[in-house]
Amino acid sequence: MTATLGTVTLVTAFGLTLYAMVASYCGARFSRPALAASAQAGVLALAGLLTLAVVLMEVALLTNDFSLEYVARNTSRATPLVYKVSGLYGALEGSILLWLFMLGLFSALVVLIYRRDERPTTQALLPYAISVLMAVTGFFLLVTVVPANPFATIPGGFVPPDGQGLNPLLHDPGMAAHPPMLYLGFTGFTVPFAFGMAALITGRLDHGWIVSTRKWTVAAWYFLSAGILLGGWWAYHVLGWGGIWAWDPVENASFMPWLTGTAFLHSVMVQERRGMLKVWTLVLIILTFVLTLFGTFLTRSGILSSVHAFTTSSIGLYFLGAVAVALVGSLTLLAARGDKLRSEGTLDSVVSRESAFLMNNVFLVGACFTVFLGTIFPLLAEAVRGVKVSVGAPFFNAVNVPLGLGLLLLMGIGPLIAWRRASYEQLRRHFLWPGVAGLAAAALLFALGVRGWPALSAFGLGTFVAAVVVGEFARVARARAAATGERFWTALGEVAARNRRRYGGLIIHLGIVCIAVGITASFGFQKAREVSLAPGEAVEFEGYRIRYLEVTADQQPHRFVLGARLDVTRGDERLGAFVPAKNFFEGRQDPTTTVAIRSTLKEDLYLILGDVAPDGSHVTLRVLVNPLVMWIWIGGVVLSLGTLLSVLPERQTVLVPAARPVRAGLAAAARGQPE
Amino acid sequence: MSTRGKKLLAGGAVILAALGYLIYSSMSTAVVYFVTPTELVEQGAGARNKALRLGGMVEQGSLDWNPRTLDLRFRLTDGKTSIPVAHKGTPPDLFAEGKGAVVEGRVNPDGSFAASAIMAKHSEEYRPPKAGEMPVFQKGRYQQAPLAPGASASEATQR
Repeated sequence: MTATLGTVTLVTAFGLTLYAMVASYCGARFSRPALAASAQAGVLALAGLLTLAVVLMEVALLTNDFSLEYVARNTSRATPLVYKVSGLYGALEGSILLWLFMLGLFSALVVLIYRRDERPTTQALLPYAISVLMAVTGFFLLVTVVPANPFATIPGGFVPPDGQGLNPLLHDPGMAAHPPMLYLGFTGFTVPFAFGMAALITGRLDHGWIVSTRKWTVAAWYFLSAGILLGGWWAYHVLGWGGIWAWDPVENASFMPWLTGTAFLHSVMVQERRGMLKVWTLVLIILTFVLTLFGTFLTRSGILSSVHAFTTSSIGLYFLGAVAVALVGSLTLLAARGDKLRSEGTLDSVVSRESAFLMNNVFLVGACFTVFLGTIFPLLAEAVRGVKVSVGAPFFNAVNVPLGLGLLLLMGIGPLIAWRRASYEQLRRHFLWPGVAGLAAAALLFALGVRGWPALSAFGLGTFVAAVVVGEFARVARARAAATGERFWTALGEVAARNRRRYGGLIIHLGIVCIAVGITASFGFQKAREVSLAPGEAVEFEGYRIRYLEVTADQQPHRFVLGARLDVTRGDERLGAFVPAKNFFEGRQDPTTTVAIRSTLKEDLYLILGDVAPDGSHVTLRVLVNPLVMWIWIGGVVLSLGTLLSVLPERQTVLVPAARPVRAGLAAAARGQPE
Repeated sequence: MSTRGKKLLAGGAVILAALGYLIYSSMSTAVVYFVTPTELVEQGAGARNKALRLGGMVEQGSLDWNPRTLDLRFRLTDGKTSIPVAHKGTPPDLFAEGKGAVVEGRVNPDGSFAASAIMAKHSEEYRPPKAGEMPVFQKGRYQQAPLAPGASASEATQR
């Protein structure tokens, strides 16, 4: 029943998508408003159908409808409620359904938001953008209808008495939130891509399409960032190897569009402000979109062996085809419009904001290329030379660390340096003291015994960026306080509220600095030791004293938990009992790990259970001390706040005539222009 | 082309060349070759001083794990050749005799392998059910294991 209803829903949605795609295009092309309007209604109906499909799947998951193969594979009677719900995206078919659902919702949102938008560019672009969105949605529907139907029944009508249960590794709140965030990011970038394509189709290649989709871009970027961070958080807490990032192909697949998306976010500013980099900006959004498809191809086709790639299935070919079509189609369109994409401005000086943004783009795209090469190199090597190789973290780190350091430096320079040409005086005023602070921080850390130029540079540059951002906030707030007589903090709030995009962006930079510092410290200065302990025996490590008390065993409905109770003290302070454990799920080969972590702002004590003697006479433990990990998560929160500020509607400044000279100067200061 | 244009082009070329060199030099040191025990022996001295991944099956009867000293010794075989491997640390959960494993490390002058990391291979996604166990839904195969004599009636009616 559900199977039929679900499949019929998806097939109907596919038909509707095709109609909306063609009708929207023809309606605009041949000036038939009624046709275009029917396409918009179609998009709204499509969102309804896709919602129905998701609801049907959720009901099937919650009611243990094991006649559906997907339900039987990804949930069981004993699966806790929340993980039955998140079972929707526990495997391939459901993930595609979720992706599709988000695409449908976003398309409907695009219709609802932009059909009332009176800007002529938006009105001209909207029908074509809808067409492109529908083409993408149509592709995903094709995938769900043919090779990856989530509503497929088990062949022969067999209904197993119980399902296999959700993959145990996904029994975690981080994993319940990580995929939806990531997919919101991936699908979110489809909207600026669709508008960019619409701009190419219509030849309206001014920055109208960028302005119309600016907040979509920021939101998509944010969701992708948050998704990646949550993935790292999950890996740290659940995979239990002590780090957040392993340059695994699945991780790289999400990181590549993030890199190009970040570059896009910056190049649009140059295009908006200076009319430059038009082709480049379009190339970046095309790349970002194509990389989201390519990532799915990499991780789902089974061509790369990844520790957590789902399955080998034919849908890899579908995605490869989609990548080819999207790439060739959009680049052809771009080439055809080359004449309309002349740059309006020129680069006046190498010491300018344009130049800083250009460098930022080169570094980000360079990093993306590196990740791409490292990810597919094993394939190339096997195809060309017939050797099996793997490219590990050393490669990715060796190339991306210098690029990352360059980006850190630019994060401090870019937002403050003047457009067109910066004078020596401006440079000195903005960067002298932050530069001194950065050097002083690096020197201080060196004196304290910190070694290694990448780490020292990262900490020094982090200090530099933080000083630039804090200094900028202080400077504009003081200027406003002096002009209006407001108190400093009130003035700070007012300034931030009046140019939310700029100050939100600066706060995001601050968040990235926290993340960069956390990553540098936890990667570069991790201390690890493996020990074997008998009951009552203790080990001293990095100031912690860890004593093994006893083995614990707990039979829960859906798993058996085997743990080791440890008593941890630091100096005279008792930190309490910690129980790192292994979870054995019925019907699964390998247990999952429960890491015991004690987090502080300074460092995390991270305890992993290894071997347990059947009688508890010994356990082996990996003891890790990871410095500053918490700053990565704090950076995530800061980044969220900054994004929130930057997408809130700008408050309009009402100019009081008498105060105009002062306010005008202030507004210029707030925009970061030279006064 | 203007002088500024030439400068920019030159600057861009320098950056790209630097990036290219960085990628090339890192790649040539960071690539890890995957070999089988037979290939390892064939390469002889050529395999020394290189990071390698050695893949094979853990030979029956070769596993020697001392949980107190954390010394792990075993032999990896591809059916033709078998290589002694030494590692310091707890083996991963799926690691067992007769199972596939991949080790990363270097060859010692005496031909044995010093592993810095061990990866157990998932032979299949799910283990087959044992006799007397609740029926388990098998990937690709929809078989039922015999119900244990003591199993409850409610389990039986669920079929």
